[in-house]
Amino acid sequence: MTPPTHHTLPNGLTVLLKEVHSAPVISWWLAYRVGSRNEPTGKTGISHWVEHMMFKGSPRFPAGTLDREIDRAGGQWNAFTSMDATKYFETLPADKVDIAMQAEADRMTNALFDPEETESERTVIISERQGAENQPTFWLQEELRAAAFRVHGYHHEIIGDEADLRTMTRDDLYAHYRGHYNPANAAAIAVGAFDSADMLAKIDELYGAIPAQPAPALFARPEPPQQGQRRVAIERPGKTAFCEICHRAPAATHPDWMKLKVLDAVLTGSSGASDNKTSRLYEALVKSEIAASVGASLTPTIDPYLYSIIVTLRDGRSPEAAEAALLREIERLQADGISESELKKARKQSRAAFAYSTESVTWQAYWLAQSFILGEVGWFDAYAERLMSVTADDVQDVARRYLLPVSRVVGYLHPTDAQGEPA
Amino acid sequence: MTQLDSIPRGDNITRAELDNGIVVLAYENPAVQSVNLMASLHAGSLYEDPRRNGLASLTASALMTGTVKRNFDQLHSALEDNGADLGFRAHVHKVGFSGKALAEDLSLLVDVANDALRNPVFPAEHVERLRGERLTWLQYSQFDTRYRAGRAMREALYPACHAYHYSPSGSEKTIANLDLPDLADFHACNFGPRGMIIVVVGAVAADDAVSLAAEAFGEWRNDDQPPILTVDEPDTAPESLRRDVFVPGKTQSDISMGIVGPARQANDYLAARLANSVLGEFGMMGRIGKSVREQQGLAYYAFSRLGGGHGPDPWTISAGVNPENVERAIASIRREVDRLTSELVSREDLADNQSYFTGRMPLQLESNEGIASQIHSMESFGLGLDYLANYAELVKGIDRQDLLAAARTYLRAEEMVVAVAGPQQNGA
Repeated sequence: MTPPTHHTLPNGLTVLLKEVHSAPVISWWLAYRVGSRNEPTGKTGISHWVEHMMFKGSPRFPAGTLDREIDRAGGQWNAFTSMDATKYFETLPADKVDIAMQAEADRMTNALFDPEETESERTVIISERQGAENQPTFWLQEELRAAAFRVHGYHHEIIGDEADLRTMTRDDLYAHYRGHYNPANAAAIAVGAFDSADMLAKIDELYGAIPAQPAPALFARPEPPQQGQRRVAIERPGKTAFCEICHRAPAATHPDWMKLKVLDAVLTGSSGASDNKTSRLYEALVKSEIAASVGASLTPTIDPYLYSIIVTLRDGRSPEAAEAALLREIERLQADGISESELKKARKQSRAAFAYSTESVTWQAYWLAQSFILGEVGWFDAYAERLMSVTADDVQDVARRYLLPVSRVVGYLHPTDAQGEPA
Repeated sequence: MTQLDSIPRGDNITRAELDNGIVVLAYENPAVQSVNLMASLHAGSLYEDPRRNGLASLTASALMTGTVKRNFDQLHSALEDNGADLGFRAHVHKVGFSGKALAEDLSLLVDVANDALRNPVFPAEHVERLRGERLTWLQYSQFDTRYRAGRAMREALYPACHAYHYSPSGSEKTIANLDLPDLADFHACNFGPRGMIIVVVGAVAADDAVSLAAEAFGEWRNDDQPPILTVDEPDTAPESLRRDVFVPGKTQSDISMGIVGPARQANDYLAARLANSVLGEFGMMGRIGKSVREQQGLAYYAFSRLGGGHGPDPWTISAGVNPENVERAIASIRREVDRLTSELVSREDLADNQSYFTGRMPLQLESNEGIASQIHSMESFGLGLDYLANYAELVKGIDRQDLLAAARTYLRAEEMVVAVAGPQQNGA
């Protein structure tokens, strides 16, 4: 597979290009280094709201015109705000990519933030949050984050607190936009059927003229070390109980992150590669009929975040039983490590997952954008090789150093009836 | 590479009909390292007794709990040790299965699929566990407003004697009452090669893929397999056009509006798809999105969708709104449906949507799974293997009158069933 090429325009814009000629399609991305991580109290959710406003027009492309333009070109476009970043993308037939490149160059500096549109979007975003609140697990996740991070911006949901969504102003949003959307804080990524020299020339023409600004000083507050186990409990109407156990995980570029990835493959299975019915936690929790399902997440983040394991309880089973069974498996891992056959399986799953994730140009571009955000543009390209180098001893070592009570946050979701009594 | 070079069509898809009725289609995609296996057979919930609703679904899921040759652990280890996966799922008409593996493991994937499909033993311990997992999911769904609104809409739109009244997943009551032998009986009677379609797409030679599938599935016979069933439109109007479902502890209400739409094989299906795009898809969720979200700020999502399966699936409109805004959103949606059925779309709207349909096709062929899905649809709905190659011409051949006629055939704003699930205690 051809590696991506890496360029920097004089105004500081990072450019990553990867030619893939398997289909006449190009995926075009703009990634900005700003997300919910960089939001102070009172402005939570502002990065996500700014992302919404980027679809509300500029003098050149009034609201609604790009929706039509991109769809008319047969493209798909969307945007994502994460804890670390805001990413915009268009995937189009290769001969129609110009409209996407023009659109992103334009809205890097010319988005309008019309006051009426801002107010209309306020209710849309509150509706988005209320839709998420309809899921009982949203409340558990929100409470767990807040417990795990007292200081760092990872402590609040990306959507933001409703109090802030009701009070932030158009000027707040515009200031956030102007402060963070500039070439030195962004990367342009193209993956697909193009000639790199032609593409670079086109990027230079469209983006080279955007004035250089210093990279913004990003708001970020490091989380102090946790001093002991933290516990939260949520009660919501329903019939299903959940137990989630989180441990502080290192940043994605830390050598230990990949070791934890292999550890996760052993505990819950390599995500995306299988349905994980031979993993240790499936055996301990689902086969034992404590749980209906078990899953985990280890998100690649700029700063240390969480390795989370979430258990959906079967009817009549308690979160305490799930916690006890899960902790027994962690202790077993710390005491006995993993077998060579488990390591071999994790490696093969990883190779397969990598192959699946590179089938589409859109996903390849996503991972290049994410690598830029993490501060290491080769991060995804080196992913498989780094994972293959992890040993069984490495896995036991990170289990002993990271899966400790002192850095643990445990959350229970107890179902209640409509009156709030235990279900 | 031109756009046409990369379109699966009659002269680059290898198609074989096996003696037992299975149709195998293979398409080589040398740009990837993996392979996708996608298949279907006529054994969906349509073939179950409604009193045993969920039987087809539980049977399909239980195929992966153990076979004559492999127990539960061996079955899953065979796949997971190699980073492969395989899953079976029942819909109303069909059971579908889909799996993926590294190209080097295609023979393993085909072997496991064949084993699970033909030789299941439905071990009690594992099936009971699966039943417990299903019951947990069904209990959870009772508190999911989107699920409840969608179910309430379908239950009102299709009478209890109609197959589309029921969820293929079953209910807590019917799943709890199923007997273990029911699964083996359902499998023995309904799973067979007649009407089965197998599609293989990926980094393997098409002829090799066809040979592998033929070798594995070619000897399968089932003389008890029933004839393929079809589903007609309901012959009675809904008894009630409004359902309100109280779900405690929620902050948002979900709206599901529906009316019987066209089957995929209907002559006006493509015109109806274009009309739907104008109504609730194109741009930011079409005219409905523009009115409900963009202009009034009532909802994060508000869109329309055409089912378009083997029978009269519903034409649906969905929105999630604050409980205070439910009636306003419904009224706005009705106005857009009225408009679509009373006036021609503009020439510009038609051209935009035609361009959207034809331009997006290459994007649906980005992955093995996307290609396999398109090939499967061409075969399953009898569209012909050159359908994608002729797609642009077909889309451009539709005019404004066709859209209006299709909209008028199926949509009537005041006759749509409206279901609302949320924290509101009283309906309108």
